[in-house]
Amino acid sequence: MRLCFSGVILLLSTVAVADELSPQRQQELSNLLKHDCGSCHGLPPKGGLGPSLMPDALVDKNDAVLMDAIQNGRAGTAMPPWKQFISVEETRWLIGQLRQLY
Amino acid sequence: MKVLLAWVCVALLGASAANADLRATGDLGVVIERETGSVQIVNTSKPAMLSRIEGLGDLSHASVVFSRDQRYAFVFGRDGGLSKLDLLQDKIDKRILQAGNSIGGAISQDGKIIAVSNYTPGGVKLFDAETLEQLADIPAMYGDENKLSKVVGLVDAPGQRFVCSLFEGNEIWLIDAKNPRQPIVKKFKDIGKQPYDALLSADGHYYAAGLFGEKGLALLDLWEPEKGVEHILEDYGKDDEQLPVYKMPHLEGWTMASDWLFVPAMGQHEVLVIDKRDWELVKRIPVAGQPVFVSGRPDGRQIWVNFAFPDNQTVQVIDVKDFNVVKTLQPGKAVLHMEFSPRGESVWLAVRDEDRLMIYDTETFLETGRLPAQKPSGIFFSDRANRIGW
Repeated sequence: MRLCFSGVILLLSTVAVADELSPQRQQELSNLLKHDCGSCHGLPPKGGLGPSLMPDALVDKNDAVLMDAIQNGRAGTAMPPWKQFISVEETRWLIGQLRQLY
Repeated sequence: MKVLLAWVCVALLGASAANADLRATGDLGVVIERETGSVQIVNTSKPAMLSRIEGLGDLSHASVVFSRDQRYAFVFGRDGGLSKLDLLQDKIDKRILQAGNSIGGAISQDGKIIAVSNYTPGGVKLFDAETLEQLADIPAMYGDENKLSKVVGLVDAPGQRFVCSLFEGNEIWLIDAKNPRQPIVKKFKDIGKQPYDALLSADGHYYAAGLFGEKGLALLDLWEPEKGVEHILEDYGKDDEQLPVYKMPHLEGWTMASDWLFVPAMGQHEVLVIDKRDWELVKRIPVAGQPVFVSGRPDGRQIWVNFAFPDNQTVQVIDVKDFNVVKTLQPGKAVLHMEFSPRGESVWLAVRDEDRLMIYDTETFLETGRLPAQKPSGIFFSDRANRIGW
């Protein structure tokens, strides 16, 4: 039983490790956020053609809304879908970054 | 006696320093470094960085116009910052925060008025080019509810006028600033959905706004504005699949080469060629990605095209003689902007993710130089001072 239990823990921690983004990928995503998202949202992202993405502007938007906007874009606006380039996991990391900006 | 000697020394030192610093403004350019909020002043004839000026705020979407004497550069920052740089003394001459969120600007025909187009609060403001004193505030109010629209595509036009477009308002405004404290605005409504940027022909005759919300361009003839705005290329490719747009195209730097106009196609991997005699589509030139800038070499023989993410490592050159792509270059990751030397023998590229500027010979397509720059996003040479609509 104890063995089985530690096996589960081992399994869980392996999954967690697999989900972690490599430092290089984090760097790429930060760059994307600053410069490619930033071309419409600003740097820091206080808004431009697209709305502000600063923590105070996102406070009443839950993660699911942001995930949908980034993955699928927003119809009728200039926001394109990014799912071809950014995975769900990476998008979650980006949302985390946005929520703790500055 | 000692005092006198000291004075002579100071005078001599001053004279030699002045000589060493002699700098002709026609050789100068300004390079935007978007991440650090700094600019470089560069020499464009003997490529080199001369100085770096910091503290210009958010330059994530910055542009520059020059005073007619080419001594001063006016930098329009995203955060509403308007900075007047002294290119001879490598310093900020004056700087104001004139709005919350800004997208670009223009300088009047006589060089005395700076106009800025703002997103927040949406509108246009006019400033005295010498003092940066505000002369007029023109809120971009539209519709029955008097909402404010983001203002895009602001250019100067002959006759002390400015022209701009309202992104949400779907309007083009012609602003007569002969009396800059009491500008007169003529509004053209329902010009098409979501104009995103605009351009002026080199002779100041035509203003055209690209539309994001529908196909085509809104065209205003400034020689006969009373005829109103015409919607051109309304029907082209309307059944084609529209690709997601990862960066808005820019129309500044459009080219009217002899009878043709070259513009980026929105959401397509194409450059459009339009015959300006009847404003009909002549050709759709297939290219490597979605064009951002479609810039004509000053002599009009070549068109250089850069692209939106994810194809922004590529630059292509179109020969205007037969409308074909004649060269594909891979200068590096994220080529954001291109600027020609005044007569076009060379072109400078801002390669953001490689932290460098690259210079190419436009005849041989060979690289002739490179300079370090921190996340460069825009390159502006002082000869812009003498061009209408830039």
